[in-house]
Amino acid sequence: MSQKVLLNATDINIILHRLACQLIENHKDFSNTVLVGIQPRGKYLASRLAQMLKDEYKIKNLQVGYLDITFYRDDFRRGDKIHEANTTKIDFIVEDKNVVFIDDVLYTGRSIRAALTAIQSFGRPNEIELLTLIDRRFSRHLPIQPNYRGRQVDAINKEKVKVSWIENDGEDVVYLVNS
Amino acid sequence: MSELSVNHLLGIKYLQEKDIQLIFETADHFKEVINRPIKKVPSLRDITIANLFFENSTRTKLSFELAEKRLSADVINFSAGQSSVKKGETLIDTVNNILSMKVDMVVMRHPNPGAGVFLSKHVKANIINAGDGAHEHPTQALLDSYSIRERLGDVAGKNVVIVGDILHSRVALSNIYALKLQGANVMVCGPKTLIPKYIGDLGVKVETNLRKALEWCDVANMLRVQNERMDISYFPSTREYTQQFGVNKALLDSLNKEITIMHPGPINRGVEITSDVADSKQAIILDQVQNGVAVRMAVIYLLAGKIKQ
Repeated sequence: MSQKVLLNATDINIILHRLACQLIENHKDFSNTVLVGIQPRGKYLASRLAQMLKDEYKIKNLQVGYLDITFYRDDFRRGDKIHEANTTKIDFIVEDKNVVFIDDVLYTGRSIRAALTAIQSFGRPNEIELLTLIDRRFSRHLPIQPNYRGRQVDAINKEKVKVSWIENDGEDVVYLVNS
Repeated sequence: MSELSVNHLLGIKYLQEKDIQLIFETADHFKEVINRPIKKVPSLRDITIANLFFENSTRTKLSFELAEKRLSADVINFSAGQSSVKKGETLIDTVNNILSMKVDMVVMRHPNPGAGVFLSKHVKANIINAGDGAHEHPTQALLDSYSIRERLGDVAGKNVVIVGDILHSRVALSNIYALKLQGANVMVCGPKTLIPKYIGDLGVKVETNLRKALEWCDVANMLRVQNERMDISYFPSTREYTQQFGVNKALLDSLNKEITIMHPGPINRGVEITSDVADSKQAIILDQVQNGVAVRMAVIYLLAGKIKQ
Protein backbone atom coordinates (compact mmCIF):
# COMPACT_ATOMS: atom_id res chain seq x y z
CA MET A 1 0.00 0.00 0.00
CA SER A 2 1.40 3.37 -0.99
CA GLN A 3 0.01 6.81 -0.46
CA LYS A 4 0.85 10.24 -1.77
CA VAL A 5 -0.18 13.61 -0.48
CA LEU A 6 -2.80 15.30 -2.65
CA LEU A 7 -3.31 18.36 -0.47
CA ASN A 8 -1.30 19.50 2.53
CA ALA A 9 -2.51 21.75 5.36
CA THR A 10 -1.67 24.96 3.45
CA ASP A 11 -3.46 23.77 0.31
CA ILE A 12 -6.52 22.84 2.36
CA ASN A 13 -6.55 26.23 4.09
CA ILE A 14 -6.39 28.09 0.76
CA ILE A 15 -9.16 25.93 -0.69
CA LEU A 16 -11.37 26.44 2.37
CA HIS A 17 -10.99 30.21 2.02
CA ARG A 18 -11.93 30.01 -1.65
CA LEU A 19 -14.96 27.82 -0.91
CA ALA A 20 -16.04 30.19 1.88
CA CYS A 21 -15.81 33.15 -0.51
CA GLN A 22 -17.77 31.31 -3.20
CA LEU A 23 -20.49 30.56 -0.65
CA ILE A 24 -20.64 34.21 0.38
CA GLU A 25 -20.81 35.26 -3.27
CA ASN A 26 -23.95 33.18 -3.76
CA HIS A 27 -25.57 33.36 -0.34
CA LYS A 28 -24.64 36.88 0.87
CA ASP A 29 -25.45 37.05 4.59
CA PHE A 30 -26.78 33.47 4.83
CA SER A 31 -30.11 34.74 6.16
CA ASN A 32 -31.97 32.14 4.12
CA THR A 33 -29.22 29.56 3.81
CA VAL A 34 -28.29 26.62 6.01
CA LEU A 35 -25.20 24.41 5.88
CA VAL A 36 -25.71 20.68 6.32
CA GLY A 37 -22.72 18.39 6.81
CA ILE A 38 -23.28 14.81 5.64
CA GLN A 39 -22.37 12.34 8.38
CA PRO A 40 -19.99 10.87 9.21
CA ARG A 41 -17.12 12.65 7.42
CA GLY A 42 -18.82 15.77 6.09
CA LYS A 43 -19.36 17.20 9.54
CA TYR A 44 -15.68 18.14 9.96
CA LEU A 45 -15.64 20.11 6.72
CA ALA A 46 -18.98 21.73 7.58
CA SER A 47 -17.82 22.77 11.05
CA ARG A 48 -14.53 24.08 9.68
CA LEU A 49 -16.21 26.15 6.96
CA ALA A 50 -18.79 27.46 9.42
CA GLN A 51 -16.04 28.49 11.84
CA MET A 52 -14.19 30.26 9.05
CA LEU A 53 -17.31 32.08 7.85
CA LYS A 54 -18.04 33.26 11.39
CA ASP A 55 -14.52 34.21 12.48
CA GLU A 56 -12.90 35.53 9.33
CA TYR A 57 -15.81 36.68 7.20
CA LYS A 58 -18.00 37.91 10.06
CA ILE A 59 -21.11 36.02 9.01
CA LYS A 60 -23.60 36.19 11.85
CA ASN A 61 -26.41 33.75 12.68
CA LEU A 62 -25.01 30.99 10.51
CA GLN A 63 -27.02 27.80 10.87
CA VAL A 64 -25.18 24.49 10.63
CA GLY A 65 -26.60 20.99 10.95
CA TYR A 66 -25.50 17.41 10.47
CA LEU A 67 -27.47 14.86 8.52
CA ASP A 68 -27.05 11.11 8.91
CA ILE A 69 -28.00 9.08 5.84
CA THR A 70 -27.57 5.54 7.19
CA PHE A 71 -31.29 4.69 7.10
CA TYR A 72 -31.60 6.07 3.56
CA ARG A 73 -28.71 4.15 1.98
CA ASP A 74 -29.44 1.97 -1.04
CA ASP A 75 -27.00 -0.77 0.02
CA PHE A 76 -28.78 -1.96 3.18
CA ARG A 77 -28.52 -5.78 3.29
CA ARG A 78 -26.19 -5.76 0.26
CA GLY A 79 -22.92 -5.57 2.17
CA ASP A 80 -21.61 -7.96 4.78
CA LYS A 81 -22.32 -5.74 7.76
CA ILE A 82 -24.77 -2.98 8.42
CA HIS A 83 -23.48 0.54 8.77
CA GLU A 84 -23.58 2.16 12.16
CA ALA A 85 -25.78 5.23 12.33
CA ASN A 86 -24.52 8.65 13.37
CA THR A 87 -26.19 11.61 15.01
CA THR A 88 -28.49 13.82 13.00
CA LYS A 89 -28.69 17.33 14.35
CA ILE A 90 -30.90 19.74 12.44
CA ASP A 91 -32.25 22.28 14.91
CA PHE A 92 -33.72 24.63 12.34
CA ILE A 93 -36.51 24.75 9.77
CA VAL A 94 -35.46 23.52 6.35
CA GLU A 95 -38.72 24.52 4.65
CA ASP A 96 -38.07 27.12 1.90
CA LYS A 97 -34.40 27.45 2.88
CA ASN A 98 -31.41 27.20 0.60
CA VAL A 99 -29.59 24.11 1.79
CA VAL A 100 -25.91 23.51 1.10
CA PHE A 101 -24.85 19.89 1.51
CA ILE A 102 -21.24 19.55 2.58
CA ASP A 103 -19.19 16.37 2.22
CA ASP A 104 -15.49 15.68 2.03
CA VAL A 105 -15.35 13.35 -1.00
CA LEU A 106 -17.84 13.05 -3.84
CA TYR A 107 -17.37 9.59 -5.32
CA THR A 108 -20.29 7.54 -6.69
CA GLY A 109 -22.91 10.11 -5.72
CA ARG A 110 -24.94 7.53 -3.81
CA SER A 111 -24.49 9.23 -0.43
CA ILE A 112 -25.78 12.47 -1.87
CA ARG A 113 -28.72 10.62 -3.41
CA ALA A 114 -29.52 9.29 0.06
CA ALA A 115 -29.06 12.74 1.58
CA LEU A 116 -31.50 14.24 -0.93
CA THR A 117 -34.13 11.77 0.28
CA ALA A 118 -33.23 12.21 3.95
CA ILE A 119 -33.49 16.00 3.96
CA GLN A 120 -37.08 15.76 2.73
CA SER A 121 -38.05 14.37 6.14
CA PHE A 122 -37.36 17.83 7.51
CA GLY A 123 -39.39 19.78 4.96
CA ARG A 124 -39.17 21.08 1.39
CA PRO A 125 -36.08 23.20 0.84
CA ASN A 126 -36.17 25.99 -1.72
CA GLU A 127 -32.93 24.80 -3.28
CA ILE A 128 -30.18 22.30 -2.52
CA GLU A 129 -26.54 22.79 -3.47
CA LEU A 130 -23.53 20.54 -2.99
CA LEU A 131 -20.09 21.51 -1.77
CA THR A 132 -17.31 18.96 -1.72
CA LEU A 133 -13.60 19.14 -0.94
CA ILE A 134 -12.60 16.36 -3.33
CA ASP A 135 -14.49 15.54 -6.50
CA ARG A 136 -13.57 12.15 -7.99
CA ARG A 137 -15.10 13.05 -11.29
CA PHE A 138 -14.83 9.81 -13.28
CA SER A 139 -16.37 7.58 -10.61
CA ARG A 140 -19.98 8.71 -10.62
CA HIS A 141 -22.87 6.19 -10.66
CA LEU A 142 -25.56 8.85 -10.64
CA PRO A 143 -26.08 12.20 -12.39
CA ILE A 144 -24.94 14.27 -9.39
CA GLN A 145 -22.39 17.09 -9.65
CA PRO A 146 -21.05 19.52 -7.04
CA ASN A 147 -21.79 23.25 -7.16
CA TYR A 148 -18.59 24.02 -5.26
CA ARG A 149 -15.53 21.81 -5.48
CA GLY A 150 -12.21 22.05 -3.71
CA ARG A 151 -10.09 19.88 -5.98
CA GLN A 152 -10.91 17.58 -8.83
CA VAL A 153 -9.16 14.22 -8.72
CA ASP A 154 -8.95 11.68 -11.51
CA ALA A 155 -8.46 8.66 -9.30
CA ILE A 156 -8.92 5.18 -10.66
CA ASN A 157 -11.25 2.82 -8.87
CA LYS A 158 -8.76 0.88 -6.80
CA GLU A 159 -7.33 4.13 -5.46
CA LYS A 160 -8.86 5.70 -2.38
CA VAL A 161 -8.98 9.30 -1.28
CA LYS A 162 -8.41 9.73 2.45
CA VAL A 163 -9.22 13.07 4.05
CA SER A 164 -7.81 13.70 7.53
CA TRP A 165 -8.86 16.55 9.79
CA ILE A 166 -6.80 17.91 12.63
CA GLU A 167 -9.70 17.69 15.09
CA ASN A 168 -10.26 13.99 14.43
CA ASP A 169 -7.16 12.51 12.83
CA GLY A 170 -4.41 14.81 14.13
CA GLU A 171 -3.51 16.53 10.85
CA ASP A 172 -5.04 18.37 7.92
CA VAL A 173 -4.09 16.39 4.85
CA VAL A 174 -5.60 14.59 1.86
CA TYR A 175 -3.97 11.38 0.68
CA LEU A 176 -4.39 9.34 -2.46
CA VAL A 177 -4.01 5.76 -1.25
CA ASN A 178 -3.12 2.97 -3.66
CA SER A 179 -4.01 -0.40 -2.21
CA MET B 1 -19.96 -1.57 11.82
CA SER B 2 -21.25 -3.92 14.41
CA GLU B 3 -24.12 -6.32 14.44
CA LEU B 4 -26.19 -8.36 16.85
CA SER B 5 -24.82 -11.71 18.00
CA VAL B 6 -28.21 -13.35 17.36
CA ASN B 7 -30.46 -13.89 14.32
CA HIS B 8 -33.69 -13.86 16.34
CA LEU B 9 -34.82 -11.94 19.37
CA LEU B 10 -36.30 -14.80 21.37
CA GLY B 11 -35.41 -13.59 24.83
CA ILE B 12 -32.98 -11.39 26.71
CA LYS B 13 -31.39 -14.62 27.98
CA TYR B 14 -29.80 -15.13 24.56
CA LEU B 15 -28.36 -11.61 24.30
CA GLN B 16 -24.99 -10.22 25.30
CA GLU B 17 -24.38 -6.89 26.96
CA LYS B 18 -22.94 -5.42 23.76
CA ASP B 19 -26.12 -6.38 21.88
CA ILE B 20 -28.16 -4.30 24.31
CA GLN B 21 -25.82 -1.34 23.90
CA LEU B 22 -26.01 -1.61 20.09
CA ILE B 23 -29.80 -1.71 20.25
CA PHE B 24 -29.86 1.36 22.51
CA GLU B 25 -27.45 3.36 20.36
CA THR B 26 -29.50 2.53 17.28
CA ALA B 27 -32.71 3.39 19.15
CA ASP B 28 -31.25 6.83 19.99
CA HIS B 29 -31.10 7.57 16.26
CA PHE B 30 -34.61 6.26 15.66
CA LYS B 31 -35.93 8.34 18.53
CA GLU B 32 -34.64 11.40 16.67
CA VAL B 33 -36.26 10.10 13.46
CA ILE B 34 -39.70 9.68 15.03
CA ASN B 35 -39.63 13.25 16.28
CA ARG B 36 -39.11 14.67 12.77
CA PRO B 37 -41.91 16.23 10.73
CA ILE B 38 -41.78 13.12 8.50
CA LYS B 39 -41.26 10.19 10.82
CA LYS B 40 -40.33 7.55 8.30
CA VAL B 41 -37.15 6.11 6.80
CA PRO B 42 -37.00 3.89 3.71
CA SER B 43 -34.55 1.26 5.05
CA LEU B 44 -36.85 -1.77 5.05
CA ARG B 45 -38.89 -1.10 1.93
CA ASP B 46 -38.07 -4.57 0.54
CA ILE B 47 -38.85 -6.44 3.77
CA THR B 48 -42.20 -7.97 4.69
CA ILE B 49 -43.05 -8.60 8.32
CA ALA B 50 -45.88 -10.73 9.70
CA ASN B 51 -47.27 -9.84 13.11
CA LEU B 52 -48.72 -13.05 14.50
CA PHE B 53 -50.67 -12.47 17.68
CA PHE B 54 -52.03 -15.69 19.15
CA GLU B 55 -52.87 -13.75 22.31
CA ASN B 56 -54.51 -10.37 22.82
CA SER B 57 -52.42 -7.25 22.80
CA THR B 58 -53.03 -3.58 22.18
CA ARG B 59 -49.90 -1.65 23.05
CA THR B 60 -47.29 -4.14 21.87
CA LYS B 61 -49.08 -4.84 18.61
CA LEU B 62 -49.57 -1.17 17.79
CA SER B 63 -46.03 -0.38 18.78
CA PHE B 64 -44.57 -3.11 16.56
CA GLU B 65 -46.81 -2.16 13.67
CA LEU B 66 -45.86 1.49 13.95
CA ALA B 67 -42.16 0.62 14.21
CA GLU B 68 -42.41 -1.54 11.09
CA LYS B 69 -44.27 1.14 9.14
CA ARG B 70 -41.83 3.86 10.17
CA LEU B 71 -39.09 1.67 8.69
CA SER B 72 -41.16 1.33 5.47
CA ALA B 73 -41.59 -2.44 5.81
CA ASP B 74 -44.69 -4.13 4.41
CA VAL B 75 -46.81 -5.41 7.26
CA ILE B 76 -49.38 -8.18 7.51
CA ASN B 77 -51.35 -8.77 10.67
CA PHE B 78 -52.80 -11.92 12.03
CA SER B 79 -54.88 -12.50 15.11
CA ALA B 80 -55.61 -16.01 16.28
CA GLY B 81 -59.24 -15.13 16.95
CA GLN B 82 -60.20 -14.96 13.28
CA SER B 83 -57.94 -17.66 11.86
CA SER B 84 -57.57 -21.28 10.90
CA VAL B 85 -55.87 -21.98 14.21
CA LYS B 86 -59.37 -22.53 15.50
CA LYS B 87 -59.86 -25.13 12.78
CA GLY B 88 -56.96 -27.17 14.16
CA GLU B 89 -53.95 -25.98 12.13
CA THR B 90 -50.57 -26.40 13.85
CA LEU B 91 -48.27 -23.47 14.61
CA ILE B 92 -45.59 -24.59 12.13
CA ASP B 93 -48.16 -25.05 9.37
CA THR B 94 -49.73 -21.67 10.05
CA VAL B 95 -46.37 -19.91 9.96
CA ASN B 96 -45.05 -21.81 6.94
CA ASN B 97 -48.18 -20.89 5.03
CA ILE B 98 -47.58 -17.27 5.82
CA LEU B 99 -43.89 -17.52 4.96
CA SER B 100 -44.65 -19.06 1.57
CA MET B 101 -46.12 -15.68 0.70
CA LYS B 102 -42.53 -14.35 0.91
CA VAL B 103 -42.46 -12.98 4.43
CA ASP B 104 -38.99 -12.21 5.83
CA MET B 105 -39.62 -11.68 9.51
CA VAL B 106 -42.13 -12.83 12.09
CA VAL B 107 -43.17 -10.97 15.22
CA MET B 108 -45.04 -13.42 17.42
CA ARG B 109 -46.98 -13.35 20.64
CA HIS B 110 -48.08 -16.74 21.88
CA PRO B 111 -49.60 -18.01 25.14
CA ASN B 112 -47.14 -20.92 25.33
CA PRO B 113 -43.68 -20.33 26.85
CA GLY B 114 -40.95 -21.20 24.36
CA ALA B 115 -43.16 -20.85 21.29
CA GLY B 116 -40.65 -18.47 19.69
CA VAL B 117 -37.68 -20.75 20.32
CA PHE B 118 -39.62 -23.71 18.92
CA LEU B 119 -40.60 -21.77 15.82
CA SER B 120 -37.08 -20.50 15.18
CA LYS B 121 -35.88 -24.10 14.92
CA HIS B 122 -38.51 -25.10 12.38
CA VAL B 123 -39.09 -22.18 10.02
CA LYS B 124 -36.87 -20.03 7.84
CA ALA B 125 -37.47 -16.49 9.05
CA ASN B 126 -36.14 -14.14 11.67
CA ILE B 127 -38.35 -14.34 14.74
CA ILE B 128 -39.03 -11.61 17.27
CA ASN B 129 -40.71 -12.76 20.45
CA ALA B 130 -43.43 -10.30 21.43
CA GLY B 131 -44.27 -12.25 24.56
CA ASP B 132 -44.50 -16.01 25.07
CA GLY B 133 -46.73 -16.93 27.98
CA ALA B 134 -45.14 -16.25 31.35
CA HIS B 135 -41.66 -16.68 29.87
CA GLU B 136 -40.10 -13.62 28.17
CA HIS B 137 -41.09 -10.30 26.64
CA PRO B 138 -37.70 -9.06 25.44
CA THR B 139 -38.69 -5.83 23.70
CA GLN B 140 -40.56 -4.67 26.81
CA ALA B 141 -37.46 -5.26 28.95
CA LEU B 142 -35.31 -3.42 26.41
CA LEU B 143 -37.59 -0.40 26.34
CA ASP B 144 -37.78 -0.41 30.15
CA SER B 145 -33.99 -0.35 30.43
CA TYR B 146 -33.79 2.24 27.66
CA SER B 147 -36.22 4.45 29.59
CA ILE B 148 -34.18 4.06 32.79
CA ARG B 149 -31.03 4.96 30.86
CA GLU B 150 -32.79 8.01 29.42
CA ARG B 151 -34.08 9.15 32.81
CA LEU B 152 -31.10 8.32 35.04
CA GLY B 153 -28.23 8.38 32.54
CA ASP B 154 -27.18 4.80 33.09
CA VAL B 155 -28.58 1.42 34.10
CA ALA B 156 -25.41 0.03 35.68
CA GLY B 157 -25.34 0.37 39.45
CA LYS B 158 -28.97 1.43 39.75
CA ASN B 159 -31.31 -0.26 42.22
CA VAL B 160 -34.45 -1.47 40.49
CA VAL B 161 -37.37 -3.16 42.21
CA ILE B 162 -40.02 -5.06 40.29
CA VAL B 163 -43.25 -5.05 42.26
CA GLY B 164 -46.27 -7.30 41.89
CA ASP B 165 -47.12 -10.54 40.15
CA ILE B 166 -43.63 -11.89 39.46
CA LEU B 167 -44.88 -15.46 39.07
CA HIS B 168 -47.00 -14.86 35.97
CA SER B 169 -44.97 -12.04 34.48
CA ARG B 170 -42.86 -12.37 31.35
CA VAL B 171 -42.00 -8.69 31.80
CA ALA B 172 -40.42 -9.49 35.18
CA LEU B 173 -38.21 -12.31 33.87
CA SER B 174 -37.00 -10.39 30.82
CA ASN B 175 -36.37 -7.33 32.96
CA ILE B 176 -34.35 -9.34 35.46
CA TYR B 177 -32.12 -10.73 32.68
CA ALA B 178 -31.74 -7.33 31.02
CA LEU B 179 -31.03 -5.38 34.20
CA LYS B 180 -28.55 -7.95 35.54
CA LEU B 181 -26.75 -8.00 32.17
CA GLN B 182 -26.30 -4.24 32.36
CA GLY B 183 -25.04 -4.32 35.94
CA ALA B 184 -28.09 -3.08 37.82
CA ASN B 185 -29.13 -4.41 41.25
CA VAL B 186 -32.51 -6.08 41.05
CA MET B 187 -35.08 -6.80 43.73
CA VAL B 188 -38.51 -8.36 43.39
CA CYS B 189 -41.33 -7.48 45.75
CA GLY B 190 -44.81 -8.94 46.08
CA PRO B 191 -46.96 -11.40 47.99
CA LYS B 192 -44.99 -14.58 48.75
CA THR B 193 -47.47 -16.57 46.69
CA LEU B 194 -46.65 -14.52 43.58
CA ILE B 195 -42.87 -14.81 43.88
CA PRO B 196 -41.35 -17.96 42.29
CA LYS B 197 -39.60 -20.17 44.84
CA TYR B 198 -36.12 -20.19 43.27
CA ILE B 199 -36.06 -16.64 41.94
CA GLY B 200 -33.04 -15.90 44.17
CA ASP B 201 -30.99 -18.15 41.87
CA LEU B 202 -31.21 -15.42 39.23
CA GLY B 203 -29.25 -13.15 41.56
CA VAL B 204 -32.13 -10.95 42.70
CA LYS B 205 -33.10 -9.85 46.18
CA VAL B 206 -36.53 -10.75 47.49
CA GLU B 207 -38.58 -8.42 49.68
CA THR B 208 -42.17 -8.72 50.82
CA ASN B 209 -42.38 -5.30 52.46
CA LEU B 210 -43.13 -2.62 49.84
CA ARG B 211 -41.93 0.30 51.97
CA LYS B 212 -38.53 -1.34 52.52
CA ALA B 213 -38.27 -2.09 48.81
CA LEU B 214 -39.07 1.50 47.83
CA GLU B 215 -36.58 2.88 50.35
CA TRP B 216 -33.89 0.73 48.72
CA CYS B 217 -34.62 1.45 45.07
CA ASP B 218 -34.00 4.18 42.48
CA VAL B 219 -36.65 2.80 40.15
CA ALA B 220 -39.83 0.87 40.86
CA ASN B 221 -41.37 -1.08 38.00
CA MET B 222 -45.00 -1.77 38.96
CA LEU B 223 -46.59 -4.84 37.40
CA ARG B 224 -50.22 -5.63 36.91
CA VAL B 225 -51.81 -8.58 38.69
CA GLN B 226 -52.48 -11.00 35.86
CA ASN B 227 -55.86 -12.32 36.87
CA GLU B 228 -56.29 -14.06 33.52
CA ARG B 229 -53.34 -16.35 34.26
CA MET B 230 -54.45 -17.24 37.80
CA ASP B 231 -56.17 -20.57 38.19
CA ILE B 232 -56.25 -20.36 41.97
CA SER B 233 -56.48 -17.50 44.46
CA TYR B 234 -53.03 -16.12 45.31
CA PHE B 235 -54.10 -13.42 47.79
CA PRO B 236 -57.26 -12.84 49.85
CA SER B 237 -58.66 -9.83 48.00
CA THR B 238 -57.73 -7.05 45.57
CA ARG B 239 -58.31 -4.57 48.40
CA GLU B 240 -55.77 -6.31 50.59
CA TYR B 241 -53.29 -6.49 47.69
CA THR B 242 -53.63 -2.75 47.15
CA GLN B 243 -53.11 -2.02 50.83
CA GLN B 244 -49.87 -4.00 50.91
CA PHE B 245 -48.43 -3.65 47.43
CA GLY B 246 -50.14 -0.66 45.86
CA VAL B 247 -48.15 2.56 45.42
CA ASN B 248 -49.86 5.82 46.34
CA LYS B 249 -48.76 9.44 46.61
CA ALA B 250 -48.62 9.45 50.42
CA LEU B 251 -46.25 6.47 50.40
CA LEU B 252 -43.97 8.06 47.78
CA ASP B 253 -43.94 11.41 49.61
CA SER B 254 -42.94 9.71 52.85
CA LEU B 255 -39.72 8.40 51.26
CA ASN B 256 -36.61 10.52 51.70
CA LYS B 257 -35.86 10.56 47.94
CA GLU B 258 -37.70 10.79 44.65
CA ILE B 259 -37.84 7.45 42.89
CA THR B 260 -38.82 6.81 39.28
CA ILE B 261 -42.05 4.91 38.70
CA MET B 262 -42.52 2.64 35.70
CA HIS B 263 -45.38 0.48 34.50
CA PRO B 264 -45.47 -1.73 31.40
CA GLY B 265 -49.25 -1.32 31.07
CA PRO B 266 -52.07 -1.92 30.99
CA ILE B 267 -52.54 -0.11 34.32
CA ASN B 268 -55.21 -1.14 36.76
CA ARG B 269 -55.63 2.30 38.30
CA GLY B 270 -56.27 2.10 42.02
CA VAL B 271 -54.91 -1.43 42.32
CA GLU B 272 -51.11 -1.54 41.88
CA ILE B 273 -50.77 2.22 41.39
CA THR B 274 -53.06 5.16 42.12
CA SER B 275 -54.02 7.70 39.48
CA ASP B 276 -52.12 10.59 41.06
CA VAL B 277 -48.91 8.53 40.98
CA ALA B 278 -49.48 7.26 37.44
CA ASP B 279 -49.99 10.84 36.20
CA SER B 280 -47.20 12.41 38.30
CA LYS B 281 -43.82 13.65 37.09
CA GLN B 282 -42.14 10.73 38.83
CA ALA B 283 -43.85 8.30 36.47
CA ILE B 284 -42.28 7.69 33.04
CA ILE B 285 -45.07 5.41 31.84
CA LEU B 286 -45.81 7.35 28.64
CA ASP B 287 -42.08 7.80 27.92
CA GLN B 288 -41.85 4.02 28.02
CA VAL B 289 -44.53 3.80 25.35
CA GLN B 290 -42.79 6.34 23.11
CA ASN B 291 -39.42 4.66 23.59
CA GLY B 292 -41.07 1.34 22.74
CA VAL B 293 -41.44 2.38 19.11
CA ALA B 294 -37.81 3.54 18.83
CA VAL B 295 -36.45 0.42 20.54
CA ARG B 296 -38.56 -1.89 18.35
CA MET B 297 -37.42 -0.01 15.24
CA ALA B 298 -33.83 -0.63 16.34
CA VAL B 299 -34.42 -4.35 16.94
CA ILE B 300 -36.21 -4.84 13.62
CA TYR B 301 -33.62 -2.79 11.72
CA LEU B 302 -30.67 -4.68 13.21
CA LEU B 303 -32.24 -8.09 12.61
CA ALA B 304 -33.33 -7.16 9.08
CA GLY B 305 -29.72 -6.28 8.33
CA LYS B 306 -28.95 -9.97 8.76
CA ILE B 307 -31.37 -11.11 6.08
CA LYS B 308 -29.23 -11.64 3.00
CA GLN B 309 -30.61 -10.81 -0.39
